[in-house]
Amino acid sequence: MNATPGTTVDVRRLLVVSTPDLAAHEQVHGPLFAPHDLVSLLREAGLHGHGGAAFPTWRKLAAVRAGRNAIVVANGAEGEPASAKDRTLLRIAPHLVLDGLALVGAAVGATRAVVYVPSDLVPVISRAVGERRFRDRIAVQVVEAPDTFVAGEETAVLSRLSGGPALPLDKFTRIVDSGVDGRPTLLNNVETMGHIALIARHGAEWFRAAGTKEDPGTFLATVSGAVRRAGVHEHAYGETVGALLDAAGGVSGPVQAVLVGGYHGAWVPMPAAMDLAVSRESLAPYGAAPGAGVVVALPADACGLAATAQVLDYLAQQSARQCGPCQFGLPRLAETFRQLATVPRAAATPTLVEEVQRLAALVDGRGACRHPDGTVRLLRSALSAFRNDLAAHLSGTCMKGER
Amino acid sequence: MSQRVDTGSGTATLHIDWSRCDRRGLCAELLPELLDRDDWGYPLARDGSREVAVPRALQRHATEAVSACPLLALRLRRSR
Repeated sequence: MNATPGTTVDVRRLLVVSTPDLAAHEQVHGPLFAPHDLVSLLREAGLHGHGGAAFPTWRKLAAVRAGRNAIVVANGAEGEPASAKDRTLLRIAPHLVLDGLALVGAAVGATRAVVYVPSDLVPVISRAVGERRFRDRIAVQVVEAPDTFVAGEETAVLSRLSGGPALPLDKFTRIVDSGVDGRPTLLNNVETMGHIALIARHGAEWFRAAGTKEDPGTFLATVSGAVRRAGVHEHAYGETVGALLDAAGGVSGPVQAVLVGGYHGAWVPMPAAMDLAVSRESLAPYGAAPGAGVVVALPADACGLAATAQVLDYLAQQSARQCGPCQFGLPRLAETFRQLATVPRAAATPTLVEEVQRLAALVDGRGACRHPDGTVRLLRSALSAFRNDLAAHLSGTCMKGER
Repeated sequence: MSQRVDTGSGTATLHIDWSRCDRRGLCAELLPELLDRDDWGYPLARDGSREVAVPRALQRHATEAVSACPLLALRLRRSR
Protein backbone atom coordinates (compact mmCIF):
# COMPACT_ATOMS: atom_id res chain seq x y z
CA MET A 1 0.00 0.00 0.00
CA ASN A 2 1.17 3.51 -0.71
CA ALA A 3 -0.36 5.06 2.41
CA THR A 4 1.94 6.33 5.17
CA PRO A 5 2.44 3.49 7.67
CA GLY A 6 0.10 3.92 10.58
CA THR A 7 -2.61 5.71 8.64
CA THR A 8 -5.56 4.09 6.92
CA VAL A 9 -6.77 5.22 3.55
CA ASP A 10 -10.52 5.53 3.37
CA VAL A 11 -11.59 3.17 0.62
CA ARG A 12 -15.20 4.31 0.56
CA ARG A 13 -15.08 6.11 -2.74
CA LEU A 14 -17.72 4.89 -5.15
CA LEU A 15 -20.72 4.22 -2.93
CA VAL A 16 -20.70 7.22 -0.61
CA VAL A 17 -23.82 9.07 -1.73
CA SER A 18 -26.99 8.58 0.31
CA THR A 19 -29.41 9.01 -2.60
CA PRO A 20 -28.92 8.52 -6.36
CA ASP A 21 -30.13 11.95 -7.48
CA LEU A 22 -27.98 14.60 -9.11
CA ALA A 23 -28.16 17.03 -6.19
CA ALA A 24 -26.79 14.47 -3.72
CA HIS A 25 -24.10 13.49 -6.23
CA GLU A 26 -22.93 17.09 -6.68
CA GLN A 27 -23.02 17.78 -2.99
CA VAL A 28 -20.82 14.80 -2.15
CA HIS A 29 -18.49 14.72 -5.15
CA GLY A 30 -18.37 18.34 -6.21
CA PRO A 31 -18.36 19.66 -9.74
CA LEU A 32 -16.79 17.81 -12.64
CA PHE A 33 -14.18 19.47 -14.83
CA ALA A 34 -12.83 17.74 -17.91
CA PRO A 35 -9.09 17.21 -17.45
CA HIS A 36 -6.74 18.65 -20.04
CA ASP A 37 -5.40 15.23 -20.97
CA LEU A 38 -7.55 12.37 -19.77
CA VAL A 39 -5.32 9.69 -21.32
CA SER A 40 -2.22 10.88 -19.44
CA LEU A 41 -4.17 11.23 -16.23
CA LEU A 42 -5.50 7.70 -16.46
CA ARG A 43 -2.07 6.42 -17.37
CA GLU A 44 -0.59 8.03 -14.28
CA ALA A 45 -3.40 6.67 -12.16
CA GLY A 46 -2.84 3.16 -13.50
CA LEU A 47 -6.54 2.37 -13.75
CA HIS A 48 -7.39 -1.01 -15.26
CA GLY A 49 -10.78 -2.18 -16.44
CA HIS A 50 -13.24 -3.56 -13.92
CA GLY A 51 -15.25 -5.77 -16.25
CA GLY A 52 -13.00 -8.77 -15.80
CA ALA A 53 -10.19 -8.41 -18.33
CA ALA A 54 -8.31 -5.67 -16.41
CA PHE A 55 -7.00 -4.01 -19.55
CA PRO A 56 -5.23 -0.67 -18.94
CA THR A 57 -7.96 1.93 -19.37
CA TRP A 58 -5.67 4.67 -20.71
CA ARG A 59 -4.48 2.40 -23.51
CA LYS A 60 -7.98 1.62 -24.66
CA LEU A 61 -8.90 5.28 -24.61
CA ALA A 62 -5.76 6.28 -26.50
CA ALA A 63 -6.48 3.70 -29.18
CA VAL A 64 -9.94 4.99 -30.08
CA ARG A 65 -9.67 6.86 -33.32
CA ALA A 66 -10.92 10.30 -32.48
CA GLY A 67 -12.80 12.47 -34.93
CA ARG A 68 -14.46 9.58 -36.71
CA ASN A 69 -17.90 9.48 -35.12
CA ALA A 70 -16.83 7.42 -32.16
CA ILE A 71 -19.31 5.85 -29.78
CA VAL A 72 -18.76 5.37 -26.06
CA VAL A 73 -20.52 2.69 -24.08
CA ALA A 74 -20.86 2.07 -20.34
CA ASN A 75 -21.40 -1.66 -19.95
CA GLY A 76 -23.56 -2.55 -16.97
CA ALA A 77 -24.99 -5.82 -18.27
CA GLU A 78 -23.38 -7.91 -15.51
CA GLY A 79 -24.35 -11.33 -16.88
CA GLU A 80 -22.32 -13.05 -14.16
CA PRO A 81 -24.82 -14.54 -11.67
CA ALA A 82 -22.40 -14.26 -8.76
CA SER A 83 -21.81 -10.55 -9.32
CA ALA A 84 -23.99 -7.69 -8.12
CA LYS A 85 -21.52 -4.82 -8.06
CA ASP A 86 -22.55 -3.14 -11.29
CA ARG A 87 -26.22 -3.06 -10.41
CA THR A 88 -25.31 -1.79 -6.94
CA LEU A 89 -23.21 1.03 -8.37
CA LEU A 90 -25.88 1.91 -10.93
CA ARG A 91 -28.59 2.08 -8.28
CA ILE A 92 -26.57 4.00 -5.72
CA ALA A 93 -24.34 6.25 -7.83
CA PRO A 94 -25.54 6.39 -11.43
CA HIS A 95 -24.12 9.90 -11.84
CA LEU A 96 -20.58 8.72 -11.25
CA VAL A 97 -21.03 6.27 -14.12
CA LEU A 98 -22.58 8.94 -16.32
CA ASP A 99 -19.81 11.41 -15.43
CA GLY A 100 -17.23 8.85 -16.54
CA LEU A 101 -19.15 8.24 -19.76
CA ALA A 102 -19.31 11.99 -20.43
CA LEU A 103 -15.58 12.36 -19.81
CA VAL A 104 -14.52 9.61 -22.19
CA GLY A 105 -17.10 10.77 -24.72
CA ALA A 106 -15.60 14.26 -24.69
CA ALA A 107 -12.07 12.87 -24.88
CA VAL A 108 -12.77 11.00 -28.14
CA GLY A 109 -15.26 13.45 -29.60
CA ALA A 110 -17.95 10.79 -29.53
CA THR A 111 -21.25 11.48 -31.23
CA ARG A 112 -23.14 8.70 -29.49
CA ALA A 113 -23.13 7.60 -25.85
CA VAL A 114 -24.85 4.51 -24.52
CA VAL A 115 -25.39 2.98 -21.13
CA TYR A 116 -26.29 -0.71 -21.39
CA VAL A 117 -28.13 -2.11 -18.40
CA PRO A 118 -30.47 -4.95 -17.40
CA SER A 119 -34.20 -4.25 -17.66
CA ASP A 120 -34.79 -3.62 -13.95
CA LEU A 121 -32.21 -0.82 -13.98
CA VAL A 122 -33.62 1.01 -16.99
CA PRO A 123 -35.94 3.25 -14.91
CA VAL A 124 -33.30 4.42 -12.41
CA ILE A 125 -30.72 5.09 -15.13
CA SER A 126 -33.24 6.80 -17.40
CA ARG A 127 -34.14 9.06 -14.49
CA ALA A 128 -30.50 9.92 -13.91
CA VAL A 129 -29.96 10.59 -17.62
CA GLY A 130 -33.03 12.83 -17.58
CA GLU A 131 -31.57 14.90 -14.73
CA ARG A 132 -28.51 15.64 -16.87
CA ARG A 133 -30.31 16.43 -20.08
CA PHE A 134 -28.89 19.92 -20.45
CA ARG A 135 -25.43 19.33 -19.11
CA ASP A 136 -23.94 16.41 -21.06
CA ARG A 137 -22.57 17.18 -24.51
CA ILE A 138 -24.28 14.19 -26.08
CA ALA A 139 -27.61 12.70 -25.06
CA VAL A 140 -27.10 9.34 -23.41
CA GLN A 141 -29.09 6.47 -24.83
CA VAL A 142 -30.24 3.82 -22.36
CA VAL A 143 -30.26 0.36 -23.93
CA GLU A 144 -31.62 -2.74 -22.25
CA ALA A 145 -29.37 -5.78 -21.94
CA PRO A 146 -30.97 -9.23 -21.98
CA ASP A 147 -30.58 -11.38 -18.90
CA THR A 148 -28.04 -13.86 -20.26
CA PHE A 149 -24.48 -14.72 -19.29
CA VAL A 150 -22.97 -13.57 -22.59
CA ALA A 151 -25.04 -10.38 -23.00
CA GLY A 152 -22.23 -8.29 -21.47
CA GLU A 153 -19.45 -9.73 -23.61
CA GLU A 154 -17.89 -6.85 -25.49
CA THR A 155 -18.86 -7.90 -29.01
CA ALA A 156 -22.29 -9.09 -27.84
CA VAL A 157 -22.86 -5.50 -26.73
CA LEU A 158 -21.68 -4.26 -30.13
CA SER A 159 -24.00 -6.65 -31.87
CA ARG A 160 -26.94 -5.50 -29.77
CA LEU A 161 -26.14 -1.83 -30.31
CA SER A 162 -25.83 -2.39 -34.05
CA GLY A 163 -29.40 -3.67 -34.06
CA GLY A 164 -28.72 -7.38 -33.76
CA PRO A 165 -28.95 -9.92 -30.94
CA ALA A 166 -26.75 -9.71 -27.83
CA LEU A 167 -24.49 -12.51 -29.04
CA PRO A 168 -20.70 -12.38 -29.45
CA LEU A 169 -19.18 -11.61 -32.81
CA ASP A 170 -16.03 -12.89 -34.45
CA LYS A 171 -13.05 -10.74 -33.57
CA PHE A 172 -11.05 -9.80 -36.57
CA THR A 173 -10.77 -6.06 -36.03
CA ARG A 174 -10.28 -4.20 -32.76
CA ILE A 175 -13.45 -2.42 -31.72
CA VAL A 176 -11.55 0.77 -31.02
CA ASP A 177 -11.03 0.90 -34.79
CA SER A 178 -14.35 -0.53 -35.92
CA GLY A 179 -17.18 -1.46 -33.58
CA VAL A 180 -20.84 -0.48 -33.50
CA ASP A 181 -21.95 0.19 -37.08
CA GLY A 182 -18.29 0.15 -38.05
CA ARG A 183 -17.53 3.16 -35.86
CA PRO A 184 -14.61 3.42 -33.39
CA THR A 185 -16.07 2.18 -30.12
CA LEU A 186 -14.92 2.59 -26.54
CA LEU A 187 -16.58 0.18 -24.16
CA ASN A 188 -15.90 0.28 -20.43
CA ASN A 189 -17.51 -1.48 -17.52
CA VAL A 190 -19.70 0.87 -15.47
CA GLU A 191 -17.40 0.61 -12.46
CA THR A 192 -14.46 1.66 -14.60
CA MET A 193 -16.48 4.71 -15.65
CA GLY A 194 -17.09 5.49 -11.98
CA HIS A 195 -13.37 5.39 -11.20
CA ILE A 196 -12.66 7.65 -14.18
CA ALA A 197 -15.13 10.20 -12.76
CA LEU A 198 -13.36 10.19 -9.40
CA ILE A 199 -9.85 10.31 -10.85
CA ALA A 200 -10.84 13.35 -12.91
CA ARG A 201 -11.85 15.10 -9.70
CA HIS A 202 -9.17 13.98 -7.28
CA GLY A 203 -6.18 13.09 -9.41
CA ALA A 204 -3.87 10.16 -10.00
CA GLU A 205 -2.00 10.40 -6.71
CA TRP A 206 -5.22 10.27 -4.77
CA PHE A 207 -6.27 7.19 -6.72
CA ARG A 208 -2.97 5.46 -6.06
CA ALA A 209 -3.10 6.17 -2.34
CA ALA A 210 -5.11 2.96 -2.04
CA GLY A 211 -4.24 -0.41 -3.51
CA THR A 212 -0.88 -1.74 -4.63
CA LYS A 213 1.70 -0.49 -7.11
CA GLU A 214 0.60 -2.92 -9.83
CA ASP A 215 -3.09 -2.83 -8.94
CA PRO A 216 -3.75 0.68 -7.69
CA GLY A 217 -7.05 1.95 -6.38
CA THR A 218 -10.17 0.31 -5.07
CA PHE A 219 -12.66 -2.16 -6.46
CA LEU A 220 -16.17 -3.34 -5.74
CA ALA A 221 -16.34 -6.91 -4.49
CA THR A 222 -19.42 -9.14 -4.48
CA VAL A 223 -19.06 -11.70 -1.72
CA SER A 224 -21.56 -14.53 -1.36
CA GLY A 225 -21.88 -18.19 -0.36
CA ALA A 226 -21.03 -19.28 3.19
CA VAL A 227 -20.88 -15.77 4.66
CA ARG A 228 -23.24 -14.10 7.12
CA ARG A 229 -24.11 -11.04 5.03
CA ALA A 230 -23.59 -11.55 1.34
CA GLY A 231 -23.24 -8.25 -0.47
CA VAL A 232 -21.18 -5.68 -2.29
CA HIS A 233 -18.42 -3.70 -0.58
CA GLU A 234 -15.58 -1.54 -1.76
CA HIS A 235 -12.05 -2.67 -0.99
CA ALA A 236 -8.51 -1.67 -1.89
CA TYR A 237 -6.55 -4.06 -4.09
CA GLY A 238 -4.08 -5.88 -1.91
CA GLU A 239 -6.54 -6.52 0.91
CA THR A 240 -6.81 -10.22 1.71
CA VAL A 241 -9.62 -12.59 0.83
CA GLY A 242 -10.12 -12.84 4.59
CA ALA A 243 -10.78 -9.10 4.77
CA LEU A 244 -13.38 -9.42 2.00
CA LEU A 245 -15.09 -12.24 3.90
CA ASP A 246 -15.02 -10.15 7.09
CA ALA A 247 -16.76 -7.25 5.37
CA ALA A 248 -19.51 -9.73 4.47
CA GLY A 249 -20.04 -10.51 8.12
CA GLY A 250 -17.47 -13.26 8.23
CA VAL A 251 -17.93 -16.90 7.30
CA SER A 252 -21.11 -18.62 8.45
CA GLY A 253 -19.25 -21.89 9.07
CA PRO A 254 -16.06 -23.65 7.99
CA VAL A 255 -15.15 -22.85 4.37
CA GLN A 256 -13.13 -25.21 2.19
CA ALA A 257 -12.47 -23.00 -0.82
CA VAL A 258 -13.41 -19.72 -2.47
CA LEU A 259 -14.33 -19.13 -6.07
CA VAL A 260 -12.49 -16.02 -7.20
CA GLY A 261 -13.48 -14.09 -10.33
CA GLY A 262 -16.89 -15.60 -10.95
CA TYR A 263 -18.05 -18.47 -13.12
CA HIS A 264 -15.08 -17.99 -15.45
CA GLY A 265 -12.73 -17.73 -12.50
CA ALA A 266 -10.90 -20.25 -10.37
CA TRP A 267 -11.28 -22.11 -7.09
CA VAL A 268 -8.68 -21.27 -4.45
CA PRO A 269 -8.45 -23.67 -1.52
CA MET A 270 -8.59 -22.73 2.14
CA PRO A 271 -6.82 -22.07 4.40
CA ALA A 272 -4.36 -20.64 1.84
CA ALA A 273 -7.01 -18.32 0.39
CA MET A 274 -7.61 -16.51 3.69
CA ASP A 275 -4.33 -14.57 3.66
CA LEU A 276 -4.09 -14.23 -0.08
CA ALA A 277 -4.05 -10.63 -1.29
CA VAL A 278 -6.64 -9.76 -3.91
CA SER A 279 -4.23 -8.66 -6.62
CA ARG A 280 -3.20 -10.08 -9.97
CA GLU A 281 0.26 -11.06 -8.78
CA SER A 282 -0.92 -12.79 -5.65
CA LEU A 283 -3.74 -14.76 -7.30
CA ALA A 284 -1.89 -15.76 -10.46
CA PRO A 285 -0.20 -18.88 -8.98
CA TYR A 286 -3.71 -20.25 -8.35
CA GLY A 287 -4.78 -19.60 -11.92
CA ALA A 288 -7.05 -16.87 -10.57
CA ALA A 289 -7.36 -13.10 -11.00
CA PRO A 290 -9.37 -10.38 -9.23
CA GLY A 291 -11.48 -10.07 -12.40
CA ALA A 292 -14.80 -8.44 -11.62
CA GLY A 293 -14.35 -8.83 -7.88
CA VAL A 294 -16.46 -11.91 -7.31
CA VAL A 295 -15.78 -14.12 -4.28
CA VAL A 296 -17.99 -17.11 -3.44
CA ALA A 297 -17.26 -19.06 -0.26
CA LEU A 298 -17.85 -22.82 -0.52
CA PRO A 299 -18.85 -24.38 2.81
CA ALA A 300 -16.88 -27.34 4.09
CA ASP A 301 -19.96 -29.54 4.12
CA ALA A 302 -20.54 -29.16 0.37
CA CYS A 303 -18.91 -31.18 -2.39
CA GLY A 304 -16.68 -28.93 -4.52
CA LEU A 305 -17.03 -31.21 -7.53
CA ALA A 306 -20.82 -31.15 -7.33
CA ALA A 307 -20.82 -27.37 -7.00
CA THR A 308 -18.57 -27.11 -10.05
CA ALA A 309 -20.74 -29.53 -12.01
CA GLN A 310 -23.68 -27.24 -11.40
CA VAL A 311 -21.82 -24.20 -12.69
CA LEU A 312 -20.61 -26.12 -15.74
CA ASP A 313 -24.19 -27.12 -16.54
CA TYR A 314 -25.19 -23.47 -16.37
CA LEU A 315 -22.29 -22.35 -18.55
CA ALA A 316 -23.10 -25.01 -21.15
CA GLN A 317 -26.72 -23.91 -21.18
CA GLN A 318 -25.64 -20.27 -21.61
CA SER A 319 -23.63 -20.94 -24.77
CA ALA A 320 -24.67 -18.61 -27.57
CA ARG A 321 -24.77 -21.74 -29.75
CA GLN A 322 -23.05 -20.01 -32.62
CA CYS A 323 -19.78 -21.90 -32.53
CA GLY A 324 -19.52 -25.65 -32.86
CA PRO A 325 -16.85 -26.42 -30.26
CA CYS A 326 -18.79 -24.45 -27.63
CA GLN A 327 -22.27 -25.56 -28.63
CA PHE A 328 -21.36 -29.25 -28.66
CA GLY A 329 -18.28 -29.28 -26.48
CA LEU A 330 -19.54 -27.55 -23.35
CA PRO A 331 -22.55 -29.80 -22.81
CA ARG A 332 -20.33 -32.86 -23.38
CA LEU A 333 -17.78 -31.44 -20.94
CA ALA A 334 -20.43 -30.69 -18.32
CA GLU A 335 -22.02 -34.10 -18.73
CA THR A 336 -18.69 -35.92 -18.42
CA PHE A 337 -17.66 -33.85 -15.41
CA ARG A 338 -21.05 -34.54 -13.84
CA GLN A 339 -20.24 -38.23 -13.94
CA LEU A 340 -17.04 -37.52 -12.02
CA ALA A 341 -18.96 -35.45 -9.52
CA THR A 342 -21.45 -38.23 -8.92
CA VAL A 343 -20.71 -41.10 -6.63
CA PRO A 344 -20.95 -44.22 -6.60
CA ARG A 345 -17.80 -45.67 -8.02
CA ALA A 346 -19.39 -46.96 -11.20
CA ALA A 347 -19.57 -43.37 -12.42
CA ALA A 348 -16.08 -42.09 -11.58
CA THR A 349 -13.08 -43.77 -13.25
CA PRO A 350 -9.56 -42.56 -14.15
CA THR A 351 -10.51 -42.84 -17.84
CA LEU A 352 -13.26 -40.37 -17.16
CA VAL A 353 -10.73 -37.91 -15.73
CA GLU A 354 -8.65 -38.25 -18.88
CA GLU A 355 -11.72 -37.75 -21.04
CA VAL A 356 -12.65 -34.57 -19.14
CA GLN A 357 -9.13 -33.25 -19.65
CA ARG A 358 -9.18 -34.16 -23.33
CA LEU A 359 -12.50 -32.39 -23.88
CA ALA A 360 -11.30 -29.34 -21.95
CA ALA A 361 -8.20 -29.07 -24.15
CA LEU A 362 -10.38 -29.54 -27.21
CA VAL A 363 -12.75 -26.65 -26.59
CA ASP A 364 -10.25 -24.23 -25.06
CA GLY A 365 -9.62 -21.31 -27.42
CA ARG A 366 -12.04 -22.50 -30.11
CA GLY A 367 -14.88 -20.05 -30.28
CA ALA A 368 -15.69 -16.49 -31.28
CA CYS A 369 -15.50 -15.41 -27.64
CA ARG A 370 -13.86 -16.61 -24.42
CA HIS A 371 -16.83 -18.54 -23.08
CA PRO A 372 -15.20 -21.95 -23.70
CA ASP A 373 -11.88 -20.64 -22.33
CA GLY A 374 -13.42 -19.38 -19.10
CA THR A 375 -15.35 -22.61 -18.63
CA VAL A 376 -12.16 -24.62 -19.03
CA ARG A 377 -10.35 -22.39 -16.53
CA LEU A 378 -13.01 -23.09 -13.91
CA LEU A 379 -12.97 -26.81 -14.60
CA ARG A 380 -9.18 -27.11 -14.39
CA SER A 381 -9.10 -25.17 -11.14
CA ALA A 382 -11.72 -27.56 -9.71
CA LEU A 383 -9.64 -30.62 -10.65
CA SER A 384 -6.75 -29.03 -8.79
CA ALA A 385 -8.49 -27.53 -5.77
CA PHE A 386 -10.69 -30.58 -5.18
CA ARG A 387 -8.14 -33.28 -5.96
CA ASN A 388 -8.82 -35.01 -2.66
CA ASP A 389 -12.52 -35.11 -3.43
CA LEU A 390 -11.67 -36.49 -6.83
CA ALA A 391 -9.60 -39.27 -5.27
CA ALA A 392 -12.47 -40.07 -2.92
CA HIS A 393 -14.96 -40.19 -5.78
CA LEU A 394 -12.68 -42.49 -7.72
CA SER A 395 -12.78 -44.92 -4.83
CA GLY A 396 -16.54 -44.69 -4.52
CA THR A 397 -16.93 -42.27 -1.61
CA CYS A 398 -17.55 -38.57 -1.16
CA MET A 399 -15.83 -36.33 1.39
CA LYS A 400 -18.88 -34.12 1.74
CA GLY A 401 -19.66 -33.64 5.40
CA GLU A 402 -16.38 -35.12 6.55
CA ARG A 403 -14.48 -31.85 6.87
CA MET B 1 -13.07 -13.16 -54.73
CA SER B 2 -9.48 -14.29 -55.01
CA GLN B 3 -6.80 -13.54 -52.47
CA ARG B 4 -3.59 -12.18 -53.85
CA VAL B 5 -0.83 -14.53 -52.75
CA ASP B 6 2.00 -12.86 -50.92
CA THR B 7 5.22 -14.22 -52.36
CA GLY B 8 7.29 -12.05 -50.03
CA SER B 9 8.76 -13.12 -46.73
CA GLY B 10 5.66 -12.34 -44.66
CA THR B 11 4.17 -14.90 -42.32
CA ALA B 12 0.49 -15.66 -42.49
CA THR B 13 -2.16 -16.93 -40.12
CA LEU B 14 -5.48 -18.52 -40.87
CA HIS B 15 -8.34 -17.02 -38.92
CA ILE B 16 -11.43 -19.16 -38.37
CA ASP B 17 -14.70 -17.32 -37.80
CA TRP B 18 -16.27 -19.86 -35.47
CA SER B 19 -19.62 -18.15 -35.60
CA ARG B 20 -19.85 -18.93 -39.32
CA CYS B 21 -18.13 -22.33 -39.49
CA ASP B 22 -20.56 -25.15 -40.14
CA ARG B 23 -18.03 -28.05 -40.24
CA ARG B 24 -18.30 -28.63 -44.00
CA GLY B 25 -14.68 -29.70 -43.77
CA LEU B 26 -13.28 -28.40 -47.06
CA CYS B 27 -10.52 -26.54 -45.22
CA ALA B 28 -9.31 -29.68 -43.44
CA GLU B 29 -9.32 -31.50 -46.77
CA LEU B 30 -7.30 -28.78 -48.51
CA LEU B 31 -4.91 -28.17 -45.58
CA PRO B 32 -4.46 -31.56 -43.93
CA GLU B 33 -0.95 -30.56 -42.78
CA LEU B 34 -2.44 -27.83 -40.60
CA LEU B 35 -5.96 -28.93 -39.83
CA ASP B 36 -7.52 -32.04 -38.37
CA ARG B 37 -11.19 -32.32 -37.39
CA ASP B 38 -12.57 -32.55 -33.85
CA ASP B 39 -15.19 -34.90 -32.35
CA TRP B 40 -17.94 -32.95 -34.09
CA GLY B 41 -16.21 -32.32 -37.41
CA TYR B 42 -14.98 -28.76 -36.76
CA PRO B 43 -11.46 -27.78 -37.93
CA LEU B 44 -8.80 -28.43 -35.32
CA ALA B 45 -5.42 -26.74 -35.58
CA ARG B 46 -2.76 -29.43 -35.31
CA ASP B 47 -0.44 -27.04 -33.49
CA GLY B 48 -3.17 -26.22 -30.96
CA SER B 49 -3.00 -22.51 -31.67
CA ARG B 50 -5.90 -20.11 -31.80
CA GLU B 51 -4.72 -18.45 -35.05
CA VAL B 52 -3.18 -21.12 -37.26
CA ALA B 53 0.30 -20.31 -38.50
CA VAL B 54 0.58 -20.94 -42.24
CA PRO B 55 4.10 -21.60 -43.52
CA ARG B 56 4.93 -19.98 -46.84
CA ALA B 57 4.91 -23.30 -48.66
CA LEU B 58 1.24 -23.78 -47.76
CA GLN B 59 -0.02 -20.27 -48.35
CA ARG B 60 -1.37 -21.02 -51.79
CA HIS B 61 -3.33 -23.98 -50.38
CA ALA B 62 -4.57 -21.81 -47.53
CA THR B 63 -5.78 -19.28 -50.07
CA GLU B 64 -7.69 -22.01 -51.85
CA ALA B 65 -9.22 -23.12 -48.56
CA VAL B 66 -10.35 -19.56 -47.88
CA SER B 67 -12.04 -19.40 -51.29
CA ALA B 68 -13.52 -22.89 -50.97
CA CYS B 69 -15.27 -22.39 -47.64
CA PRO B 70 -19.00 -22.19 -48.41
CA LEU B 71 -19.64 -20.21 -45.22
CA LEU B 72 -16.86 -17.64 -45.81
CA ALA B 73 -15.60 -18.60 -42.39
CA LEU B 74 -11.91 -18.28 -43.18
CA ARG B 75 -9.58 -15.34 -43.60
CA LEU B 76 -5.90 -15.33 -44.27
CA ARG B 77 -4.12 -12.63 -42.31
CA ARG B 78 -0.72 -11.71 -43.70
CA SER B 79 1.93 -9.72 -41.89
CA ARG B 80 4.42 -7.93 -44.07
